[in-house]
Amino acid sequence: MKYLQHVLDHLRKDLRLEWRSRDSINGMLFFSLLVVVVFGLAFDPTSYPTMARQISGGILWVALLFASITALNQSWTREQRNNVLEAQRMAPSPASALFLGKALANMLFVLAVEAVLAPIFIVFFNLHALGNVWLLALILPLGTWALVVNGTFFAALGLRARNRELLLPLLLLPISLPALLAMVQATTGVLTADLDSIQINTWIKQLLGYDIIFTTVCILLFETVLNAE
Amino acid sequence: MEQRTPTLRSVAWLWFGISVAVLAVGFRQAIFLVPTDAAQGNVGRIFYYHVPIAMLSLIFPYINFVASLFYLYWRRRDPLKALTADALALSTAEVTVVYSSICLLTGMLWGRATWGIWWTWDPRLTSMLLLWLLYVSYLMLRSFSSTGQTHTLAAVLSVFAAVDVPIVYMSIRWWRTQHPAPVFGGGPDSGIDPSMLPAFYWNLAGWTLWGICIVLFRFALERRRQLAEQEAALQAIEASLEIPQ
Repeated sequence: MKYLQHVLDHLRKDLRLEWRSRDSINGMLFFSLLVVVVFGLAFDPTSYPTMARQISGGILWVALLFASITALNQSWTREQRNNVLEAQRMAPSPASALFLGKALANMLFVLAVEAVLAPIFIVFFNLHALGNVWLLALILPLGTWALVVNGTFFAALGLRARNRELLLPLLLLPISLPALLAMVQATTGVLTADLDSIQINTWIKQLLGYDIIFTTVCILLFETVLNAE
Repeated sequence: MEQRTPTLRSVAWLWFGISVAVLAVGFRQAIFLVPTDAAQGNVGRIFYYHVPIAMLSLIFPYINFVASLFYLYWRRRDPLKALTADALALSTAEVTVVYSSICLLTGMLWGRATWGIWWTWDPRLTSMLLLWLLYVSYLMLRSFSSTGQTHTLAAVLSVFAAVDVPIVYMSIRWWRTQHPAPVFGGGPDSGIDPSMLPAFYWNLAGWTLWGICIVLFRFALERRRQLAEQEAALQAIEASLEIPQ
């Protein structure tokens, strides 16, 4: 119970920080919008509805992945100002609570971006899903968590590295590939109705397994990373 | 350290010589003695290189993983032992990159000859490529961040990378892939003709010996670098203690 309280405290602090500055949400939103526009210009999806269905799952997730990388690079930097991170290392709350709070906050930011991006995406790509759209309500949060949990972790890992902005994508992209595959396949399956429900279920289960494994590893190792000297 | 070096050096040379000799026997067995594969012709001989190297490129990551865990355990308790574990982790990671590169390249050559394409995105190939990418990013991390903190961060990343290794191993058992089903220990139809076994075992032994040889060489090099670094740090501390008259 106390642990949950710590997590919620950290979450509240991050949400308040973001509410006052709004730089990471605005940055992510504009960045992912740009990616969607660039891909829209490159592929002309409105003239080829079938092709648009097949590629839009991949483009959506790639846009979100790149957008979250831009935001995650910033997410720990604001803790370094005024030595806040040092204070948090000395605080009596467990380190993994700090991590979970931060990851949940980032998750909420990315979900907010998704909520704005989805209608724009449907308009620009002339999308009309053929499968069971409600499955997306399961796939989107699971996929977002997969990106955000590892992203938050590796952003913390790169804190002490030289050229941190370059290091995060170099570490995060290989680690995220299995999750990216599962979520793109599941999303494309829903949009095109090419996959039957059993196949989509398998992809969702793989995504869930990925989330569970990597959340556990992150929570177990976060204290080591935070105190790495 | 100074007294042990000549013995160690001769053992290392002996090991190197033995592995080259075993590799030569393996080469003779695989290229000249084994009967030509009925279905694939001479192209099938790449089996004796591709499979042992692929097996080894899944074993070295485990050594890296275990060494990283030991590093994390000893990090605070016994920093000098931790440095040894870290040197082992670094050397096995580098050898993993070398072996998995060779595995991917020989696999691509073989795929081009038998399937007609260089590359296909099937689970085994994809997960192997992923393994390669993960260990390249591991080496990137080590070269990017400043010394002193790198070891812990790299050890943590190694735990993440190790999650992929069982997936590579199980990929041809879980999914129906274009890559052939497991040759050894797969099921009732698995296994190879007894006439092919000697060539396979000689090459497996040869590449194992060779891999251990490179790991130990790289390990000794890294240890030397660490000792030199410690020596330099010690001298810097001593110099700072001297009171200027």
